[in-house]
Amino acid sequence: MRSLTKTTRRDFLKIAGTSAGGLFIGFNMFGCDSPKVEVLSTEEVLAQAKNFNSYLSISPTGDVVIYSPNPELGQNIKTSFPMVVAEELDADWEKVRVLQAHLDTEKYDRQLTGGSGAMPHSWERLRKAGATAKFVLVAAAAKVWNVPAEEITVDQGIISHKGSGKSGHFGEFVAEAASISAPEDVKLKEKKDFKIIGTAVKNVDAKDMYTGKPLFGLDFQREGMLHAMVQRAPFGMKIKSVDENAARGVSGVKDVVVFGNSVAVVSDKTWPLLKAKKLLKISYEPDGKVESSSDHDEIFRELIANGKAEERRRDGNVDQAFSQAAQVVTAEYQCPFLAHSPMEPENFFAHVKGDKCELIGPTQTPDRARQTAAGILGIPAENVSVEITRLGGGFGRRLRADFVEEAVHISKAMNAPVKVIWDREDELTGGAYRPAVRYRFEAALDQSGTMIGYKLRGVGMNAGNSTREHNFPSGAVDNLLIESVNYESSITTNAWRAPITNFLAYAEQSFLDEVALAAGKDPVDFRLELLNRAKSNPVGELGYDVDRMIGVVKAAAEKSNWGKSPTVKQGFSVYYSHRSYVAQVADIEMENGTPTLKKITAVTDCGMVINPTGANHQVRGGIVDGMGHAMFTNLTFDNGVPKQKNFDSYRLIRMKEVPEIETHFLDTGFDPTGLGEPALPPTGGAIANAIFAATGRRLRSQPFIEQNEFSDIKLDIRRA
Amino acid sequence: MATYNLKVNGKSHQVEVEDDTPLLWVLRDHIGLVGTKFSCGIAQCGACTVHINGNATFSCVTPISSVGNSEVITIEGLSENGDHPVQKAWEEVDVAQCGYCQAGQIMQAAAFLNNNPSPSMEEIDNAMNRNLCRCGTYHKIREAVALAAKNN
Ligand code: FES
Ligand code: FES
Repeated sequence: MRSLTKTTRRDFLKIAGTSAGGLFIGFNMFGCDSPKVEVLSTEEVLAQAKNFNSYLSISPTGDVVIYSPNPELGQNIKTSFPMVVAEELDADWEKVRVLQAHLDTEKYDRQLTGGSGAMPHSWERLRKAGATAKFVLVAAAAKVWNVPAEEITVDQGIISHKGSGKSGHFGEFVAEAASISAPEDVKLKEKKDFKIIGTAVKNVDAKDMYTGKPLFGLDFQREGMLHAMVQRAPFGMKIKSVDENAARGVSGVKDVVVFGNSVAVVSDKTWPLLKAKKLLKISYEPDGKVESSSDHDEIFRELIANGKAEERRRDGNVDQAFSQAAQVVTAEYQCPFLAHSPMEPENFFAHVKGDKCELIGPTQTPDRARQTAAGILGIPAENVSVEITRLGGGFGRRLRADFVEEAVHISKAMNAPVKVIWDREDELTGGAYRPAVRYRFEAALDQSGTMIGYKLRGVGMNAGNSTREHNFPSGAVDNLLIESVNYESSITTNAWRAPITNFLAYAEQSFLDEVALAAGKDPVDFRLELLNRAKSNPVGELGYDVDRMIGVVKAAAEKSNWGKSPTVKQGFSVYYSHRSYVAQVADIEMENGTPTLKKITAVTDCGMVINPTGANHQVRGGIVDGMGHAMFTNLTFDNGVPKQKNFDSYRLIRMKEVPEIETHFLDTGFDPTGLGEPALPPTGGAIANAIFAATGRRLRSQPFIEQNEFSDIKLDIRRA
Repeated sequence: MATYNLKVNGKSHQVEVEDDTPLLWVLRDHIGLVGTKFSCGIAQCGACTVHINGNATFSCVTPISSVGNSEVITIEGLSENGDHPVQKAWEEVDVAQCGYCQAGQIMQAAAFLNNNPSPSMEEIDNAMNRNLCRCGTYHKIREAVALAAKNN
């Protein structure tokens, strides 16, 4: 893709000379005759382009503009979606420009980023968008040349007819195409003929990102815009009184606005806000449960033992299996709350103008932003426009609209355009978190070490269902009980990359390691034994494809040389989530007497890989994320306030703490599934199991470095 | 409020700000250079990295009063056409995920390579350990720094 310099004037004239003529509505924009290279801006291209469908416009110059509707937060959708459209169009990628579409519920459905669901949802739609446009262009060429459409071929934006020797680029047929209507159904390409899909197309925003262009919400500026920062109440508290005098005294502060349980300081610059927010004197009083982490530990213990549980799944006769068992293995696992901590803190722009509202900023759910604003203002949703900027990370945090709410309230109060900015402390203390969860697992083994019974009870803090009852090993065990208990905490929670499974997978895969050990079986053999059982004689409903799961397990064992070297201590983990299958092996070796985490091997089955660079990024990124939070990160509460308020105490993984990561993708012929989340869940288990193999210490809670079992272990992390 | 004359990317700027205003906010809010990013504000993440007299500096904790006549370079001024060897290596390796940390990473890497043109992998890790990337692009950052060193 060409990013900035598009068609040169000379190119443009040459194209004009060879075309059918008369199409160049935009020609007069080149007023001057200077020989210097002209850059056709995307606006200029659009001014003359014909819109083919919601995803696609093509200009008479042959420039193709592809709209990417879903928010881009690093999952590479802004590159991979257009690749799919361009593929079926048979476009020349060099002539493609990509635009982030604004919220438009008429044109697009599911215009959001979450659940790794965009690609599976849109795969057919995107292909059809490209294919129908190509159909129309071919029909137009057939008409102009007076040849049968079936004899026409298209390659890299050039339409050709062999018999007559005629050929021309897309742009030449744009005008004629206007009179041809697109068919309902159209033949899609064979996967084997793909030319763009499956190639390492570079990130379409690369140049802009690496030169500091204003792409992100925090970068957005508007003449007359005010900035605002908000002090939110501790969880379970409400405002009793506000003394805003000192804050108002900060030079540059324009106003202090109290709304709901929040106090906002307003200025036309950021620095006065950072100072003034600290000077707000707000006293609070309890308004519900005021919780600390020690309370949570108590609650967990109580509810694991006695809580009233919701039964999620029951197979066979569990009590009987456990009473007849030759051996029972029991273990409990716990994880803390976590913040999402995207590098770009939350922010949003709102301009309330009478019964209209303009919203601009980083959101994973633009329609939710619109509905939220409409609800607050009591205006119809269509009166609210939403522009989506690039997101500096999301991890689920930007599924919410609390920052939108704040921007709308303050814009309304100030009667001015306002951008709300959170600082890191706001981000870590302002909710909403990955819920803290505790699990109790029980396994019943018979004489031969076969798992005849399995029980899982999850207790979550505002976690909803903290289990995934139809996931592995469900279907592989005769007698099984899965239950969930939800505790209503005053601490707000939210989806966090790979919701629930981001911790459940670690707990379950570590526990299965414990069971394999008790059964005297190799961890990989033990999993395969269960999977083969689920394949040959499944018990109840299966939420996963057994063959695909077996596929990644076997491939990961092979690629990692599982069990081949006595000096390499390995940990295995496999998980199915968000429609994809990922197996991982962590390798620990002793170096200078210290256990050293050297490598993680990952095998992924996400169906067809659209962009190998993007896929690699998502798998490696998911592993680094999963590893960092399992190892280092903790968020604890003291009377409704998180104790970790910035990256000095809220520890994120760094450059020197990541091992080598080797990625493999299985080509199973399935349509592409999402990859933003599935690589994260298995990582904690693979590492914990390798640590056990190397040291004999079983880590049952996160973060590992804060566990007693880990206190005298020095784990080095090193890359080759 | 005081008046400061700043040299940023080879141009002079006059700003009227409080003495304690961090360079980061002068760049972003007063001069309109928003390529330098805010993330932690306490010298923990490197998103706000700029060069001051060629040294990688966290602009979020650098008060304007301490900048004086120093030469400030931001991501916008690292090269005229985005073709600094580090920027080119970043494109070649296709480093970014969300991209938010990358301006800081590039500035860190550029200053580091200026002082140490042929670093070992370990030296690269040590230098880049100052900058956080929440998306976990560390492998690619490392690869890109090594590539930039090699190409130069
Ligand atoms: S914003 Fe300056 S180091 Fe984080
Ligand atoms: S690329 Fe997202 S924080 Fe580094």
